[in-house]
Amino acid sequence: MSTHDLEDMGCGTSSAKSDRQSEKVLKAALVIQNWYRGYSARLKARHRYALTIFQSIEYADEQCQMQLSNFFSFMMENYTHIHEKDPEIVSRLFGSTSQNNEDKQDYIRLIEVPDSYKGPRLQFPLTFPDIDLLVDAFKQQQILHARYVLEVLFETKKVLKQKPNFTHVTTSPSKEITICGDLHGKLDDLFLIFYKNGLPSENNSYIFNGDFVDRGRNSIEVLMILFVSFLVYPNDLHLNRGNHEDFMMNLRYGFTKEILYKYKIHGKEILEILEDVYTWLPIGTIIDNEILVIHGGISESTDLDLLQRVERHKMKSVLMPPVPLDGDRHTTLKKHKINAMAMPREVKSSTSMSEQLTKHEWEQIIDILWSDPRGQKGCYPNTSRGGGCYFGPDVTSKVLNRHHLKMVIRSHECKPEGYEICHDGKVVTVFSASNYYEEGSNRGAYIKLFYDMDPRFFQYQVTRTTCLKPLYQRISAIETSAIRILRERIIARKTDLIHAFHLQDLSKSGKVSLGQWAFSMENTLGLHLPWRSLSSHLVTTDTDGNINYMSSFQDIHIQKPVKEAQSTLIETLYRYRSDLQIIFNVIDSDHSGLISMEEFRSMWKLFNRHYNIHIDDCQVDELAERMDLNKDGSIDFNEFLKAFDVVHKLDKKHKSKSSFA
Amino acid sequence: MEDPRGVGRDKEQIIHSRSTEILLAEYHKKIKEAFEVFDHEANNTVDVREIGTIIRSLGCCPSEGELHDLIAEVEEEEPTGYIRFEKFLPVMTRILLERRYRPIPEDLLLEAFEVLDSSKRGFLLKEELIKYMTEEGEPFSQEEMEEMLSAAIHPESNSIHYKDYITMMVIDES
Repeated sequence: MSTHDLEDMGCGTSSAKSDRQSEKVLKAALVIQNWYRGYSARLKARHRYALTIFQSIEYADEQCQMQLSNFFSFMMENYTHIHEKDPEIVSRLFGSTSQNNEDKQDYIRLIEVPDSYKGPRLQFPLTFPDIDLLVDAFKQQQILHARYVLEVLFETKKVLKQKPNFTHVTTSPSKEITICGDLHGKLDDLFLIFYKNGLPSENNSYIFNGDFVDRGRNSIEVLMILFVSFLVYPNDLHLNRGNHEDFMMNLRYGFTKEILYKYKIHGKEILEILEDVYTWLPIGTIIDNEILVIHGGISESTDLDLLQRVERHKMKSVLMPPVPLDGDRHTTLKKHKINAMAMPREVKSSTSMSEQLTKHEWEQIIDILWSDPRGQKGCYPNTSRGGGCYFGPDVTSKVLNRHHLKMVIRSHECKPEGYEICHDGKVVTVFSASNYYEEGSNRGAYIKLFYDMDPRFFQYQVTRTTCLKPLYQRISAIETSAIRILRERIIARKTDLIHAFHLQDLSKSGKVSLGQWAFSMENTLGLHLPWRSLSSHLVTTDTDGNINYMSSFQDIHIQKPVKEAQSTLIETLYRYRSDLQIIFNVIDSDHSGLISMEEFRSMWKLFNRHYNIHIDDCQVDELAERMDLNKDGSIDFNEFLKAFDVVHKLDKKHKSKSSFA
Repeated sequence: MEDPRGVGRDKEQIIHSRSTEILLAEYHKKIKEAFEVFDHEANNTVDVREIGTIIRSLGCCPSEGELHDLIAEVEEEEPTGYIRFEKFLPVMTRILLERRYRPIPEDLLLEAFEVLDSSKRGFLLKEELIKYMTEEGEPFSQEEMEEMLSAAIHPESNSIHYKDYITMMVIDES
């Protein structure tokens, strides 16, 4: 429907009508308009509810990820087995960077690209035609050969190493700059930006503000286009580190999997060098000495002078905080040292000590990568993500004034419109991955800064179909998908929820009030959601408005890979499957995908202890036996954890009101 | 001697006030939930342009004129463009308690379409719908009109079969 159609409408329908008739028409129009506005508002609210579900679950998951770092310290203190057998894990978790990467570049040149390879062939040193070549090849879903990937990574690292922590750029009447937010492996969004705004060049400067990878299916392609463009125009394309440029994050959010899937032979080498490249990404960009561009945000204590001096490559992962030098942890580390020294492949713990940042430096960087702005004054811990902080408008003013800056441009949070302005216009969020949660969930945007002018916003949305479905259908689809993942969270806590409901339902009627239900849901799941509005999607209600609480478990169950296992064990494994996967991946330092039964058992016992899970060891032993399908004493944990899937019998909730699970 | 009926009344009153209290507490939570979803900065304020959406998402259907008055009531003395929760809560609670702005029932909606369909064909042409919705009553903005048309108009016949349309929309909401 275009404007033209609207203006062209309805000429010459009818002529004179009686007053009574026209009054009836007026009333009828009012009724329809009033009804439609109500309908449309409820639709809009449903869209919001769905986004709230997606976001709450996303952040709750990040919180679990952040808590893993506590588990790792706990593990190092209690799992002596590791230091005896595998010093590499100690070094992986306590931050000594591998020194031998440099020697490897010669080896890469020896990797042959077979004649049968049909993908793009890059020519080093890279020039503009290589960007073009790569973009075209990726549009045809080709895969760049591992040899080129590795070489791009090595070259990128070399150039990044020359960059300061903050890149200073300027605009001029002839030079504007484009700022893009999170891309998260969404190649179509990057293509759309280039289509609308042009490829990077000397005259078309870009800042990519972190989170290039994870979640989307094309993280390696996005990364290659960005790195190749950076190598061609190292002074016109700027890359800032995001919280997902972190190898531990990649383990959870998909990029590691993507690489190992696409690069079966050289995947491990790619991962290894990538880990290093991330640490050399600059922390931020400062435009015209006025605008600070960083991925997450700031905190009360943000000190740009200190951040300019920090040795940024020592920041390996958010899950590897510096080990304190005094107190208990010190003796623990000493213990490691002794253990590690005795190892055949020696880990120089003394080097790893000088290789770590101070706690203050480390926190400064975490705040930049992880924080979110809030309307409330002050600065307090980011409880929903579990890392960084929330900063209020007063913090923004203070930090900006202290550094003689005018504005912060940041990314890190998905916004329905692709961008959002807050803190009196002093903080701008830009997010460039459209359809981030689900087809139609949000638009993407980029910002253009022209010389001496206010920022301008450009919005877009990648669509697969040429003809857009009506709004209500799109929102229904988003809503269905949000409810689906929420139900998966619910089923994972079935036992705990039933327990919570029983505490409220003293008469054992199977019913609780809406308020009691909402209270139990919020407390048990730890998700702050509009439960009252969502109840109709999750449970059945009787005529008095009471909730049949068992109805949220019908039509959905966790598929058990092992039939005999008890439901509490299954729920626990399902609930912690992402955490376990990362832990197993860390133990499995050679990426074989296998761990021994012994490792599995001891790790699981530690995990139970740390997370206060009450499951009999014998149950777990039994499970481990069964997981060892070919009885060779080792477990393919990725396959095992994948087997825990939730089965939805029906996507839409059953209509009948009385049935129980 | 106590009048047994009096005691009964007292009890009734106590029960009544307790249930009102519970009802009130529930209303407050419901309003808070609906408000929070639009409180982007988590500081107990929402953009004034979203107040209509919040009120309507709570199942109340004020007209645009009535909404205008409600906004005037919850706005600051010097309007900031934002509405504070503390101001919104009592006004919204009263609306819910008094059951004001009840939603349009289905049959009334159908009747309204039938009035516009004066020759009783069972449908309205796209042009007719646009004319009525943008020229009569509290006219739709272009955005609202386009949004309605996208679901209402059958692309082949270029018309709205309002009976089917209403059924479809009602099912979507239940």
